[in-house]
Amino acid sequence: MIRFLIGGFVVSAFATLGDLFKPKSFAGLFGAAPSVALATLGLTIVHQGKVFAATEARFMIAGAAAFFIYANAVRRLMMRFDWPALPVTMSLISLWLGSAFGFWLVMGILQ
Amino acid sequence: MRITVNVSTLGQTKWYEYAIRFFFGGLVTVAAGLLAKKFGPTVGGLFLAFPAIFPASATLIEKHERERKEERGLPGKRRGREAAAVDAAGAALGSIGLLVFASVAWRLLPRYAAWMVLPLGTLAWAAVSVLLWMARHRISHPLSRRSQDIPKPLRS
Repeated sequence: MIRFLIGGFVVSAFATLGDLFKPKSFAGLFGAAPSVALATLGLTIVHQGKVFAATEARFMIAGAAAFFIYANAVRRLMMRFDWPALPVTMSLISLWLGSAFGFWLVMGILQ
Repeated sequence: MRITVNVSTLGQTKWYEYAIRFFFGGLVTVAAGLLAKKFGPTVGGLFLAFPAIFPASATLIEKHERERKEERGLPGKRRGREAAAVDAAGAALGSIGLLVFASVAWRLLPRYAAWMVLPLGTLAWAAVSVLLWMARHRISHPLSRRSQDIPKPLRS
């Protein structure tokens, strides 16, 4: 419950901050704010220790690289085909998952 | 192009839209914790960069932009989608900042206190994201910057 409340608060705070700014491309930076990481890492350090949290942060790099691919794919599809935001952003979550686990495998092999 | 802060946009967002963001934010944070517990930190770590509220934010931007245009009697569908696409372009730059945040946390967490590392990582995310945004803006709009640099003629 505490994790849910902290996560909800931090994510909402960054999203609201993003609403305040113009132009839209600048406000978009807040769509990739480290909100979930900030909410999670603090609690992880308390419960599982710093080494566990550092390992999470290391593999977060793979998630962030997947986010880059995901956001670019959303931009390209919406610009080129004029499709609505909700189906595009939701269906491309599978692209994020595929990319993230692809990078995860590569990082695991290199480790 | 200048970066401006417009507080009036907060009034555009309805209470249930804030509630949706809060709910998804909380849900993804809980899910990331549970995945880390069940599958270990390597899988849990991936979900720290999950696009938690991006679909909700992009949908809201599209809706608000469309409504704004339609209030003026103009067709807003295309404009709304363009606004969401521009938001995604910003998020792509922010994700490079997110990568830097993760690197800072990975390298420094074992050695320093979390109260130092997490704000430092957030600062690194903000600095990298804003610098990339400025660089991209300069590359895509070189003339707009130059025209600002040209001194205006003095009036006699």
